[in-house]
Amino acid sequence: MDFIFTNKSKITFAIFMAIGLIALIVGMPHDAESNTRFWANILVNGFFFFGISLGTLFFLALQYATEASYLTVLKRVFEGISQYMWVGAITLIIFFAACSLHWNHIYHWMDPAATHEFVIEGTIDSAHPEYTNDATVEGAIENHHYDSIIAGKTAYLNQGFFWLRTIAYLAVWLFFVNLFRKRSLKEDQEGGTKIHFKNMVYSAIFLVFFAYTSSTASWDWLMSIDTHWFSTLFGWYVFSGIWVSAMITIVLLTLYLKSKGYLEVVNKSHMHDITKWMFAISFLWSYLWFSQFMLIWYSNIPEEVTYYMTRIEHYRGLFFGVFAVNFIMPMVILMSRDSKRSIGYALVVGIVIFIGHWLDVFLMVMPGTVGSHWHFGFLEIGTFIGFLGLFLFTVFRSLAKAPLVVKNHPFLDESKHLHI
Amino acid sequence: MADKVIYATYDDEQVLLKGAKDLVSKGIYIRDVYSPFPIHGLDPIIGVKHTRIAITAFIYGCIGLLLAVFGMWFFMIQDWPMNIGGKPNFTLIDNLPAFVPISFEFTVLLAAHGMALTYFLRNWTLPGVKARNPYPETTDDKFVMELHLHDNHDQSEAELEEMLKATGTTRIEAR
Repeated sequence: MDFIFTNKSKITFAIFMAIGLIALIVGMPHDAESNTRFWANILVNGFFFFGISLGTLFFLALQYATEASYLTVLKRVFEGISQYMWVGAITLIIFFAACSLHWNHIYHWMDPAATHEFVIEGTIDSAHPEYTNDATVEGAIENHHYDSIIAGKTAYLNQGFFWLRTIAYLAVWLFFVNLFRKRSLKEDQEGGTKIHFKNMVYSAIFLVFFAYTSSTASWDWLMSIDTHWFSTLFGWYVFSGIWVSAMITIVLLTLYLKSKGYLEVVNKSHMHDITKWMFAISFLWSYLWFSQFMLIWYSNIPEEVTYYMTRIEHYRGLFFGVFAVNFIMPMVILMSRDSKRSIGYALVVGIVIFIGHWLDVFLMVMPGTVGSHWHFGFLEIGTFIGFLGLFLFTVFRSLAKAPLVVKNHPFLDESKHLHI
Repeated sequence: MADKVIYATYDDEQVLLKGAKDLVSKGIYIRDVYSPFPIHGLDPIIGVKHTRIAITAFIYGCIGLLLAVFGMWFFMIQDWPMNIGGKPNFTLIDNLPAFVPISFEFTVLLAAHGMALTYFLRNWTLPGVKARNPYPETTDDKFVMELHLHDNHDQSEAELEEMLKATGTTRIEAR
């Protein structure tokens, strides 16, 4: 049965988007502080929802590469979620452009004042002082804003290379989103096993690319907010975060579609399997969160602990609370077989840790940007609702464009008879 | 009257599965099935309940966690406060991150060993215990169904054997 994007849902999501738009207009920057808060919010939501689509694309590619059959009936749901990446990429590019144009100072390393040793004396009081690293330039005096640590990272963290990398990640990921979608629709028409076997090769190429770029993208987009700080585990931590968010979204969306009478072929065993993924990746995320925290806590080196000092000083309850909820709630509630098969438990846990992982991204971005001046105001909640509306609108629209269950996939019949 | 056991041997697990379905639908109680591998879908047919070993594993895990935390609290804080790398060593909560890996390891250790030992004890498959398998070939390529006369009062031995023959068994033996 084809999915119909009803007018009722369209209006609901339009209202969501309107709330988001109003929140953004009300919170529009009018001074330096709200500048940071406004754009940090865009990054939190832009990255979180983009991450869901990226995590889903990764999971889809994983299915292809391992030739897994059990979730073939849900393939269209994965494709639908990953289609949001187009919109998500645009929101991110708007944000990075705003950073490059110095509309905000979220990335300190983009500020020429931090990376140049000298400033031209005559221009120092103007709106755009001229900076240089050459002491012999006429009128060059010592720059008091110079930050030798940030300056030492300019080989990697400079605008040109940053844009080159960002465009490369987005272009390649979007290429694969498109490729898998197109081939999947083609398979519906043609059948056979040719497309299937070739998908395996494409997904393997994607996974290798993704393995590197998921790490470097998280360094570029999130870790470089706290420019002085670095952690080699950060890429994995962010990756596990987007993966678990993707699994939660898949579970919630599947439950929604089933409640509306779609996806009749999806049985309790399929629900058991995807809820198990949500359960398992929650552990991966908790493990990496804690590994990063404990090693830094134990070695107690000043340049490393700054990251956690800010968080524990200003975000204590939220910081540890988010970890506790995202770890303990799925563990205790979803441990038994029966709760993984029950709609109620999966729904409640899914909604709570969905918000939990949004807060996790919030905690990656906010301490390095607004610091102690953080709020949960209309701007934060409104932006979240707005992006949620945009996300759901895009996903539902792409779900409605193709049959909700694939046809002619070689594993379709096997998947329909999944029984565990 | 002493109980009598009827063993019916099958060459194919699908034949056994279909036969078991037929027999159960006629009200026959099948005590057990011996098979070289798990037969998918057999458990609900012959009425095998879900294993409770997961519950025991959870309990052993909880015991392991509590023991680990108690032990570390006693060794590292209460009995002889240890100063490692200048970390605070006066309360459990201050030191908790350092204790987490050991708590985790001990939880897994107790859960895994407890589960394995429970399994062996419950099945009584301990070193030196004689195997209770009626047909050793069920560990190779044969499938055996076990029926007890006591479980099936309504049928006589001859009737049961007649019903078993109809399911395509290759050998019937009563002991």
